[in-house]
Amino acid sequence: MDNSSGNNYVGEFAVEASGLSKHYGDVVALDGLELSVPTGTVLGLLGPNGAGKTTAVSILTTLIAPDGGTARVAGVDVIKEPQRVRSLIGLSGQYAAVDEHLTATENLEMIGCLYGMRRPAARKKASELIERFRLSDSAHRPLKTFSGGMRRRIDLAGALLADPPVLFLDEPTTGLDPRSRGELWDVIRERVEAGTTVVLTTQYLEEADQLAHDIVVIDHGRAIARGTSQELKRRIGGEHLDIHLALLTDISRVEAIVRPFAIGAIRTDDQEVLVSIPVSKGIEALGSVMAELSVQNIEIVDIGLRRPTLDDVFMELTGHKTQEEQT
Amino acid sequence: MISMIRDATTIARRNVIRISRVPEVMVFVVIQPLMFVLLFAYVFGGSIDIPGGSYREFLIAGIFAQTVVFGATFTASGLAEDVQKGLINRFRSLPMSRSAVVAGRTASDVVYNLLSIIIMSLAGFAVGWRIRGSILDAVVAYLLLLFFSYSFSWVMACLGLLVPAPEVVNNATFIVLFPLTFIANTFVPSDSLPGILKPIAEWNPVSTLTHAVRVRFGNLPAETPEPTSWPLQNAMLYSLGWAILLIVIFAPIATRLYQRTGKR
Repeated sequence: MDNSSGNNYVGEFAVEASGLSKHYGDVVALDGLELSVPTGTVLGLLGPNGAGKTTAVSILTTLIAPDGGTARVAGVDVIKEPQRVRSLIGLSGQYAAVDEHLTATENLEMIGCLYGMRRPAARKKASELIERFRLSDSAHRPLKTFSGGMRRRIDLAGALLADPPVLFLDEPTTGLDPRSRGELWDVIRERVEAGTTVVLTTQYLEEADQLAHDIVVIDHGRAIARGTSQELKRRIGGEHLDIHLALLTDISRVEAIVRPFAIGAIRTDDQEVLVSIPVSKGIEALGSVMAELSVQNIEIVDIGLRRPTLDDVFMELTGHKTQEEQT
Repeated sequence: MISMIRDATTIARRNVIRISRVPEVMVFVVIQPLMFVLLFAYVFGGSIDIPGGSYREFLIAGIFAQTVVFGATFTASGLAEDVQKGLINRFRSLPMSRSAVVAGRTASDVVYNLLSIIIMSLAGFAVGWRIRGSILDAVVAYLLLLFFSYSFSWVMACLGLLVPAPEVVNNATFIVLFPLTFIANTFVPSDSLPGILKPIAEWNPVSTLTHAVRVRFGNLPAETPEPTSWPLQNAMLYSLGWAILLIVIFAPIATRLYQRTGKR
């Protein structure tokens, strides 16, 4: 792909949003969201379903108007000059928005024409991207014969077609297998190296970790935490030690054993007879805890280290919030 | 304006490619009027008397009108599908003309309706319908049918952008289109309708469309009395007036709806 398009935005922040709010009837989708994305970086919007991620992207891509607040994309006001914003962005949605009866080439050519490119130019760009995405063999087949991952790549290719300076990717890899996900990540990284600014929504902590320079965690339409992936991980713990016990009555004893290793809130689950502890030095903690468990003769079903999930993030972040409210 | 035409052409080209990729849709759309041809030509036709003429000859213009009116629903289901699949969101995020998606859709559906009318003409020919008038008159009749269906497509575009799912389109339109195409002179002469139904049929634009087409094709027997109602006496003018009125009213509404539609 050509990096010399000179399409990149040169201002300090490629996306700035302030006090964005949106409600649908009584349902609050966004409640004063603040965002600023330095040009040339990737912002990960992390949150569960219904947190307001898609609403935020829809406002920034001019699909819906906010009830309050302001937003600029590549320096252009999304409310006052939506049509100019549209020529500066690429959007790839959660549901692969491609025409399944058209071939890969026809889909991309159509999008190119609608970006205002001449047909031959659009066709050339389409075939470049199809080659880059290693879909040349399938370029002339209707997309309905494509796998989910292939369709998603064509959808992403549509967003990249006009080399827009700002990309919005709404859950680009939801539902994809690990290999397809990795391939999509590579393409996104490539664009960022070329200077493109990316706003990415995801439900996967790992995805934000892999791609994003900064992460904003949103819940109920508000940012509840922001920082680099490292900063957030420090807050929620690098790894989690999960201990599944045989007896429910052992839970409090195990809690006492693991407390010295915990770097965050310990989570217990009576239903699953589980104790989950955020730890910093995983292997060390695992060895010591195992030794102590056998000394005290506590029977375990399973023990293991795992990376933190979005659940852990929310457990940690909303847990703090509750404590703050109490004090 | 030039960019609007360019974008609408791009959208229309896409829709026409789709017709060739999914020919099954055509089959299902012409099957209903074909059934009506068979039902009326062979089952009911024997008991409907057209003084001095043949019922099958009388019938086909009505079938044409019914075909293009129902054919316009293709616009609604096509747009509803684009909304559901997320394509409308894609289009709305692009720096393209705001009216091109609907304008391109209604334009490409003319191609689609042209194909249906060709198929229905062949079916009509097979059961004994003939063009009795001049070629020019026949061309005018076909153009009138296509223009009427084009105008009706704008009404259907609004519906397509309002319904929650494409499946709703058929049920929602049937309730309106069934009486619209039956309380008319499509299948029987409007003079034979009882009481209040007669004036409704006479002022129904589907009747005037049918009558205008019937006259242009030369399918009315010489001894048919001149119509007494004003719309039927001026069938061509009245039908065109309706078509233009529908476009003037519904084109701006459809464009506005498009700008607001989209999944959250």
